[in-house]
Amino acid sequence: MITTDEVCNVLKMTEEEKYDLLKTVITDYERKENNLIQILHMAQAIFGYLPVEVQYFIAGQMDLSVSKINSVLTFYSFFSTQPKGKYTVSICLGTACYVRGGKDVLNKLKSVLGIDVGFTTEDKVFSLSVMRCIGACGLAPAMTINKKVYKQVNPNKIPMILGMLK
Amino acid sequence: MGSVYQLKRVDFIFKDEKDWKVILKNSISRPAHELINELISSELKGRGGAGFPTGLKWKLTAEENDLVKYVICNADEGEPGTFKDREILSKVPLKVLTSMAVCGHVIRSNTGYIYLRGEYFFLQKDLNKAISEFEEYCREINFDFSIRIFMGSGAYICGEETALFESMEGKRGEPRNKPPFPSSYGYMGKPTVINNVETLAHTYTIFEYGAKRFYDLGVQYSRGSKLFSVSGDTPKPGIYELELGMSLFDFVEEFGDGDTKAVQVGGASGFLVPRKRFNETTIGFQGKLTGISLPTGGSMMLFNSSRSMYNVLDNYLEFFREESCGQCTPCRVGCQQLLNGIKAVKRGDKNAQYLDKLLRLTETMQNTAKCGLGQSVANSFSAIVENFREEMIY
Ligand SMILES: Cc1cc2nc3c(=O)[nH]c(=O)nc-3n(C[C@H](O)[C@H](O)[C@H](O)COP(=O)(O)O)c2cc1C
Ligand code: SF4
Ligand code: FES
Repeated sequence: MITTDEVCNVLKMTEEEKYDLLKTVITDYERKENNLIQILHMAQAIFGYLPVEVQYFIAGQMDLSVSKINSVLTFYSFFSTQPKGKYTVSICLGTACYVRGGKDVLNKLKSVLGIDVGFTTEDKVFSLSVMRCIGACGLAPAMTINKKVYKQVNPNKIPMILGMLK
Repeated sequence: MGSVYQLKRVDFIFKDEKDWKVILKNSISRPAHELINELISSELKGRGGAGFPTGLKWKLTAEENDLVKYVICNADEGEPGTFKDREILSKVPLKVLTSMAVCGHVIRSNTGYIYLRGEYFFLQKDLNKAISEFEEYCREINFDFSIRIFMGSGAYICGEETALFESMEGKRGEPRNKPPFPSSYGYMGKPTVINNVETLAHTYTIFEYGAKRFYDLGVQYSRGSKLFSVSGDTPKPGIYELELGMSLFDFVEEFGDGDTKAVQVGGASGFLVPRKRFNETTIGFQGKLTGISLPTGGSMMLFNSSRSMYNVLDNYLEFFREESCGQCTPCRVGCQQLLNGIKAVKRGDKNAQYLDKLLRLTETMQNTAKCGLGQSVANSFSAIVENFREEMIY
């Protein structure tokens, strides 16, 4: 069975190859409806997000309606129907982070990046999102950039952290 | 009260797991009813929040006649402020796997799943490694049991057991009506034992040392120890294993910063206790005890006097509004109205009496919402509005 790690090499793939890979994934999962969520995870790993065309493709392959696919994926915050930037910056707004200034960090991010939550910068480098408690409450406020966790961030550190990525 | 230091630290959960093979082998050679009785006499109750007796849960599921049954470990760890299940899975995963397999032996199931919170993707690799090692030993001793990880996708409500099943079945994670309960109708409609990560870790302790060692800890109705995730205004945030039944006063003595004005026990769905109630409040499960006993999944968040309780409530309500699955009206509309309501009062658009109307709305939600999320909004809402009324208005 194909793993998420193997999927990571897809950046160089053509559209057609991506659809072929997705088809293999769906076959691996026996086209079963109760594997839909795993299939969506893989599809998102392949395409980066889940645009309508991909939803149609999955629906066709699995013999399900597109509205069924759409109603499931919109339920879960991990799935995105919009393309994401190279870096997704997420700030925790759980209670511990919130009372320790998470919102100030968020406002700073909005002004530095010039975008609102749920959006991506024009150069497609950064996307901004909020998340719920990730269990780093002891060192609040917490922020993640892709898979890396930053603890005890404050608004002043934001330009430096972002600058180091660009 | 408080003059004698009363918090009792315990060290069972993170004690090494090196004997897991022995414990697995010994346990599965014992008859199911004996293991069930051991759990029942330990009086272990579920650590995921609801506090259902674990022995009884296993017994009810064992009594079902279906050929296919499931064992599920709930590792969705969603209670805000909690991070203990993550620690268990990263430090002593084999304890959890062993307990799942013993549960499989008791209820006659050969299939286990771990529903892992999506944000904990970084645990997946090591956990899979532990699972391989575990399954290999199972094959060695001819014991048929397999375990798979199912990754969550970022929806708090999927921690609720029936929503979790729906999600594993590839659907929207919307809670089902109960009854039927998971013991007869769970994942794929089959009898299912679903336990929290920590509950399973405690059953390991019980199989290792016997029910009495566990039962001797804690107080009546609240036996054993529990992991607490301490955060907020505290000089020592972290995870602590403590005996159940401690008073909140002693807890604050130990973990407070000298200026604690309130403690949130059990995350957003839990209870907010103001300073004047520290003395009469204990941490454990509700029983016919005098005084107030509060259950918790483990989250203990301290607030000192510099914190605005209005902001805290606003944060909780935003959380509920976001995480409500939207399936039933009292919760979907109620959460929005509560949030709009406290904002209106704060702005001065509504007078203070409006808060009482909102309190009645939370009562309605408590009585009519379909699942624990909508039902529990009243807990922190009423405590904050009643105890910090001025902060809501000015
Ligand atoms: C809104 C909601 C969220 C829940 N989240 C979790 C969770 O993240 N982890 C958990 O173990 N139990 C959670 N529960 C409790 C589960 O429904 C269930 O009672 C528990 O997994 C049973 O295991 P236990 O008996 O070992 O505690 C949640 C319940 C509700 C109503
Ligand atoms: S109470 Fe809320 S979360 Fe629970 S089923 Fe109803 S809408 Fe969904
Ligand atoms: S509240 Fe932000 S990590 Fe817990």
